[in-house]
Order: sequence, then C-alpha cells, then structure tokens
Amino acid sequence: MPIKIENLTYIYNPRSPFESRALDDVSLEINDGEFIGLIGHTGSGKSTLTQQLNGLLKPTSGRIIINGADITDKSVKLAEVRKKVGLVFQYPEHQLFEETIYKDIAFGPINQGLSEAEVEERVREAMALVMLPFDELKDRSPFELSGGQRRRVAIAGVLAMRPEILILDEPTAGLDPKGRDEILEQIKTLHQQAKNTVILVSHSMEDIARLVDRIIVMHRGKVALTGTAREVFKEVEKLESIGLGIPQITYLMKKLKEYDIHLREDILTIEEARDEIMKWIRSKKNA
Amino acid sequence: MIEIEKVVYEYKSNDKQVTALDEVSLQINEGEFVVVIGHNGSGKSTLAKHMNALLIPTSGDVKVKGLNTREEALVWDIRQIAGMVFQNPDNQIVATIVEEDVAFGPENMGVPSEEILKRVNESLKIVDMEEYRNKGPHLLSGGQKQRIAIAGVIAMRPTCIIFDEPTAMLDPSGRREVINTIKKLNKEEGITIIHITHFMEEAVDADRVIVMEDGKIVSQGTPREVFSRVDELKTLGLDVPQVTELAHQLIKEGIEMPKDILTVDEMVMKLCQLK
Repeated sequence: MPIKIENLTYIYNPRSPFESRALDDVSLEINDGEFIGLIGHTGSGKSTLTQQLNGLLKPTSGRIIINGADITDKSVKLAEVRKKVGLVFQYPEHQLFEETIYKDIAFGPINQGLSEAEVEERVREAMALVMLPFDELKDRSPFELSGGQRRRVAIAGVLAMRPEILILDEPTAGLDPKGRDEILEQIKTLHQQAKNTVILVSHSMEDIARLVDRIIVMHRGKVALTGTAREVFKEVEKLESIGLGIPQITYLMKKLKEYDIHLREDILTIEEARDEIMKWIRSKKNA
Repeated sequence: MIEIEKVVYEYKSNDKQVTALDEVSLQINEGEFVVVIGHNGSGKSTLAKHMNALLIPTSGDVKVKGLNTREEALVWDIRQIAGMVFQNPDNQIVATIVEEDVAFGPENMGVPSEEILKRVNESLKIVDMEEYRNKGPHLLSGGQKQRIAIAGVIAMRPTCIIFDEPTAMLDPSGRREVINTIKKLNKEEGITIIHITHFMEEAVDADRVIVMEDGKIVSQGTPREVFSRVDELKTLGLDVPQVTELAHQLIKEGIEMPKDILTVDEMVMKLCQLK
C-alpha cells in the first residue's frame, strides 16, 4: 500500500510559549511493499511522523494519502485507517490488559467483526509469527510472562489485524541480542511473505543496515537524508553532525582509507567486510 | 567489597520451582569496574538485586563490606554502601525539582541540611547537571533523567553502585552520556561499579566481564579474554563487537590475527601491518 506525504507540518502546543514544530513541511513517498528504516535522534520528529500515519495525530497542515485516500480528511473513518496501518508503539507490553494472551491478541480481530473461527486463525497465525507456542500459552495471563515474551504478545496483537502497513517504533528496545534478532528476523520473513509495507524506527544502525530497502533520516522535523543503506551510511560526516552514527564495520572501512588501504566503503555487514579484506590480501600476495 | 558465597535463589512461578541463581560465588573488589552480561532470564538482575539486599538468598550468603544481607537490622547500612540505579529513569524520580530529587536520599538518612546542600552540589557537578538544578525532571531527556537518578545515589555517598541496565531505554546519545558518567564515577571518584547491560560495546572498558547463563556464571575474565570466545558467546545468544567478529572470521580464513581485537583502531593497526 503506497503512502504519499505532502507538505506535512505538525506543531505541538501552537500559539503557546511551549510551541514546537515537530514536523516541518515534510514530503515523502513510500512505495507499496517497501521496507523503510526511519532513523533520527530523540526529538527529530520520527515518532510524531509515525503517529500521523495512522491518524493518532492530525497534521497542522499538509496531507497524507494512503492508497489514494487522504487520511487527514475529516470524513475519513479512522477505524478504517487503523485496520490498514498497524502501529507498534515503544514498549508495547505496557498496553497489555486482558486476562489471557489469547484474548489480548484477539482484541483487534474481534473488533473488526470477524467470526470466532477467523479470530482463532488470526491469533494462531500471529503467535506463530512471534514464535509463541499457541497451546502452551493461549490461556495464560500475559502478566506471568517475561518482558521479552510480553513484547511478543503485544506485537502479535498488531499482527493479528494483518495490517498492510506495519509501523514498529523501536520494537526491540531493551531486549537481549537473541530476542532482538528473533523478532527482527520474523518481521523480515513476514515482510517477504506478505509483501506488506514496513516502517521500522530504530536506533541500531547495525539492524537497519542489514534489514531495510531504504533509510529515511529525520532531523529537526525535516527529512535530512534518504536512500539505500549503502548510500546513506556513506554520509558519515552529515550523520555525525546530527548525532547519528554508522555501523562499526562501515566505520572501519572508512578508517582504513585514512591509512591508505583503499577498499569499498559501502560495506554494511561483517561478511561483506571479510570478503573485501580477503580479496585485498589475496591481491597483495599475487602482486 | 562484595562477597557472594554459594548463593541459591529460588522462587515459585505457576507452582513450578524456579532456580534463578544456582550456587553463584563471586567476589567484587574495591574500585573494580565489573560488567555483567547474559540474556534475559539468565539471572543477572537477580544477582544484582542480591548485592544491596533487595533480594535475600534462599541459601548462601552475600556480604557487603562484611555486612551480611540476611541481617535485617543492617539493610539500611548496606543500601547506603551499595546504591542502585534501575532501567527506567521515570520510575526513579520522586520530586518535582531536580535538586529536591537529589536531596531525597540524604534527607531520609537524616543528614543535616547544610551537609545536604553540599552533597547536592557535588553530586550534580559529578554528573554534569548543575545547570538543571531548578528544572522539573519531566523536561529532561532520558539520559539527563538517568544522570539525575545517578546523582541521587551519589548523594548517599555509596562506595559501590549497581547499575541494572541503565541504558536499555535510552537513545544512543543518552547512552553515551550515562556510560561516560559511569566511567567517571569509577576512574575519578573511585566508586566500585557493577554494570549490567545488553550492549557489548559498554563492556569493552571494564576491568572484568562476567557472563551469566541459567543462573550460573559461565565465563569471566577481562573483556579481551571474554570477547575472544566469539563462538561460545554466540551460542549463548550474546553479541560481540563487530570488529571482534570480523577478526574471528578472518582467522577462519587463515589470516594471522589476534582474536581479542575490540576496537576499530586496533583492527586498523592490524590490517596496516599486513600492507
């Protein structure tokens, strides 16, 4: 489902001493089925932007067109928008409320008016996606689970709506490396199978580098930079000047250049770096 | 400083007996900077909570400067010696003005007001938050709030501070602020640090890294010793710095290289020697 954002501006507390411009004339297009990484330091406007996309916040001015329909239009039913655009907040486990895990995940589908059998199918599917065993956990209270498992339940609640656009605001913050990798792998797999549009907000440049099709960098309410990971991470100086970094491995390749070792600079993963370095060593030996 | 002797901690969940700590023995020395890593549920937080009597062992003993955490009468003395900073900065701030928040601990200890003022000044200076002393904590960033929480602990004049994932909820710049503050407390103030984290790069400068799994200490040593065991850490579901993993992979390709490379600069120097 394509998203078109036109001249979007959002001002918090307008006409007060606390007025602040969180989004400043942002125009963007996101294609159907794209996997977007949204980065920027705290206060750059990225969370404000995600909240506009499912109608939680209304723009001060500008338009958001999702699949041809302007969702900022007054006549648009927000419930319809939210069926299509699923938003996983930061620390979504704080929003669990039901007695059982099944009920919590089923909440969205039930409100969509699905039949009992369809609801169960959705819950099973969503739990499988986040790797929670259905039979073992469905009747347990979400509050008995560990933090990492509660996070999965909360994400499953959004996935059960089968959103065509899935927005995740730092879905792995506070998780251990294994939990983080598992959840990100599942999101990637889901994206490949369902061909949904995914917007991932993250502070981890390493994760962004290996997952997304395109990066959007926000700074002071504007889009500072956009492009593939290879293109964006080349702009080290610019990223550093707005308080962001690049993956350690990409940084290594840049640093080598200062010491007169000229290798590809658009390296994103350890495997790529290894292959590039091996190629260089072999060419030395042959020379 | 802290002696942990054969500590077992068990609790019940769903009528099942869970052993969160399984005969853990550990000694933390005065002035040491120790980082504890391990995945969720490995027992690292449970271990930390034993170090200032928030949890009492099912069996075994924890002694903080010789004081046994089992003795209820000593609990407040122990918590004054060993302070604790938690994950969520919003849960740790109690007052509406920064300086009042920092004063909360010493006030409760019955410290005279002149002395409190002195300690608040000192503490805010150490965490580099003096200019915010009259501000409301809700106006601060996550990293700043966490530094206020640290100042509140320093104002109690502890000899040791336990940090339970203090950077988990922060963005990269907030993380940097907090980590730099922690290092400063250790280097300049001589405070013993126990730092629990998921971010391996925060462990690189520690004196000692402890790896927990299943309620046990499975590995410990200097960061170089621990991180050079890349495969072992990976099986435990933990990360190593990207350059350490790169070194590991190059070694597998037959390149001669130390396996304990931790930083970009070390890797650059090594590769330059191959030039």
